[in-house]
Amino acid sequence: MSHVPPDKLTADRLAGRAPDANDWAPEPGSGDGSLTEDPSYRAPLVLNNRSVHEITEIVCGYAEKSPGRWWLPVFGLASSLAGMAQIMILYLIITGVGVWGLNNQVDWAWDITNFVFWIGIGHAGTLISAILCLFKQQWRTAVNRAAEAMTIFAVICAGIFPGIHVGRAWMAWFLAPVPNSNWIWPNFRSPLLWDVFAVSTYATVSLLFWFMGLIPDHATLRDRADLRLRQNPHQARLPFTPFKPDVLRVFIYGLLALGWRNSSRHWMRYEKAYILLAGLSTPLVLSVHSIVSFDFATSILPGWHTTIFPPYFVAGAVFGGFAMVLFLLIPARELFPNMKDLLTLRHLENMSKILLVTGMLVGFAYAMEFFIAWYGGNDFEYYVFAYNRALPTWLHEDGAPYWWAYWTMITCNVFSPQVFWIKALRRNPVVIWLVALAVTIGMWFERFVIIVTSLHRAFLPGEWHMFYPTWVDILTFVGSCGIFLTLFLLFLRFMPIFPIAEIKAILPEADPHGPGHGHDDHGNGHSTNEGEGH
Amino acid sequence: MGILGFPSKVDHGFRTPDGGVIHGVMAEFGSAAEIYHAAEKLRDAGFQKWDVFSPFPIHGIDEAMGIKRTILPWIVACGAITGVSAALLMQWWMSAVDYPIVVQGKPYDAWEPFVPITFELGVLFSAFSALIGMLALNGLPRWNHPLFKSDRFLRVSDDAFVVVIEAGDPKFQGAETVDMLQGLGASDVELVEE
Repeated sequence: MSHVPPDKLTADRLAGRAPDANDWAPEPGSGDGSLTEDPSYRAPLVLNNRSVHEITEIVCGYAEKSPGRWWLPVFGLASSLAGMAQIMILYLIITGVGVWGLNNQVDWAWDITNFVFWIGIGHAGTLISAILCLFKQQWRTAVNRAAEAMTIFAVICAGIFPGIHVGRAWMAWFLAPVPNSNWIWPNFRSPLLWDVFAVSTYATVSLLFWFMGLIPDHATLRDRADLRLRQNPHQARLPFTPFKPDVLRVFIYGLLALGWRNSSRHWMRYEKAYILLAGLSTPLVLSVHSIVSFDFATSILPGWHTTIFPPYFVAGAVFGGFAMVLFLLIPARELFPNMKDLLTLRHLENMSKILLVTGMLVGFAYAMEFFIAWYGGNDFEYYVFAYNRALPTWLHEDGAPYWWAYWTMITCNVFSPQVFWIKALRRNPVVIWLVALAVTIGMWFERFVIIVTSLHRAFLPGEWHMFYPTWVDILTFVGSCGIFLTLFLLFLRFMPIFPIAEIKAILPEADPHGPGHGHDDHGNGHSTNEGEGH
Repeated sequence: MGILGFPSKVDHGFRTPDGGVIHGVMAEFGSAAEIYHAAEKLRDAGFQKWDVFSPFPIHGIDEAMGIKRTILPWIVACGAITGVSAALLMQWWMSAVDYPIVVQGKPYDAWEPFVPITFELGVLFSAFSALIGMLALNGLPRWNHPLFKSDRFLRVSDDAFVVVIEAGDPKFQGAETVDMLQGLGASDVELVEE
């Protein structure tokens, strides 16, 4: 087994020390080679004619070697922010929710905004891994592992906020279906309880799906470490520990791989289980954000009490989630060697198109809310949309104090993705990254607008009250971004960040019947079988 | 395979020159296409205890090997029915039997508000049965396997394609089976000890 770092392999090729990858060069006008317009053949999903072995080397290399000098400072910053979030949470719990800017009117603010924001981020991961799998969209293999990881980390961040916003966090067990001290059970007619079940089911099923997808890839990492140990049993130990790195790898990856041995009989059941989980996750992901929207839609508060909420929330979640996938993976693509062979411009373009579509779905939902507020003839609802959200204070004396939040949302979510109508812009990673950043900001503001602008001026003017975040609000949210980033950086450092086995399965040489890989003398598999007899 | 996936200690009489019990013969093939054709021939030769090991699922290999369809979907269906029933029973019993409380003047046992949680628990139980069922049918997890002794086998998760015919197969004939595998185009054949 060769153990060549992937960047060295490429360096050797460029220096002529290693054979070039079958003289591969992108076609003129096709960008990196993936943006071909020729309908007579499929654009390559993996560039540079990578072989099965090279895929292993590249992806395992990310988990086995240091990612470079950038990782530790970024990780240090992210984990400091994560630590700050824990201090903020501790401060909240030992002091009380008064440290936040909440008041008697705006009793949900950044806490639930952050909850809905993070849970929405997760939806792209499930969409990529489940729905694109059912539709047999093979390009999903470039992004599904990272997107699934992102899902789980986002759901972890989401789970923090409902737990701590209840004030008495030690009463959080009231969420579980166990009787309280008066032997009263939770109220199964409350969407808040549905939400508990939806989010915890979503977290669990996403984790199962991710874990199952990782089994063969952990087996690959385990086997490579085992082979290295057999070839060189006298490895240097890790500093300050009695462990050799590959001994630890064999043990940890081996545990996670559950003894997987790449048997075809196992693969067959594995693929069936994968399809079944994809089929289960698809309605699940649609249900989760629908149920989150029920938290609002089943109330009678104008601005929340609308039937459009479930599809509107789901579209927004997919929109925000894809933006986060692009936001994270475009820098990763620059930082990790050879990642551009696996995550091509065409993948980015496809995701930009999804951003454009879901952005317009969300824009349609915003417009429809306004239309119904006018057409429905409900004065209170009309007031919320016109005077609590859209109308700037400098246009009308009763205008919305939060108009800037509403128009930030519209600019980021509806206008910014429109640049993707232009082909050159949706193929430019810098432009895509900037739009993804705008959409991530816009989707946070969407939840802020829905929650705070509806609450701060409800039915009685005597109850009207503004919301201003405190420093604890702000640092808790920033800290939750740190938690998310810390987990994602650990994932990038230690885990297979691409689905190795799935990428191998979409290479041309994986096809047992495909022509053009040295078996032309055999021709079609079935005809060989019949022609030679038994 | 014995109880809980541990190999049974039945001695089939095939031994290495050193006297070790043979687990089987392992033959390496050059590509997915080659091993696919070899699998068709081995299937037609009537072997039972054999397997193809590949770094990724080879499309159509289950047919080439003659593997039966898995019963996994039925296991998942049982999981789904269990989850749905448990959810309905739980909500009905807690809301209508054990401690009924009037909420919004609705009947205690109205089924409509129970739908979301029923759906979620149905999915949850199905997902667990898909993963656990798949692992159980595959005899996983397990700590070790005789095949892991082979360096060649460890390269399967990278880019090697191997066929293993176990010595416990009724059609296994030692050297003749090795010759047959070489005749099918195997680049290397080795014995694996139990």
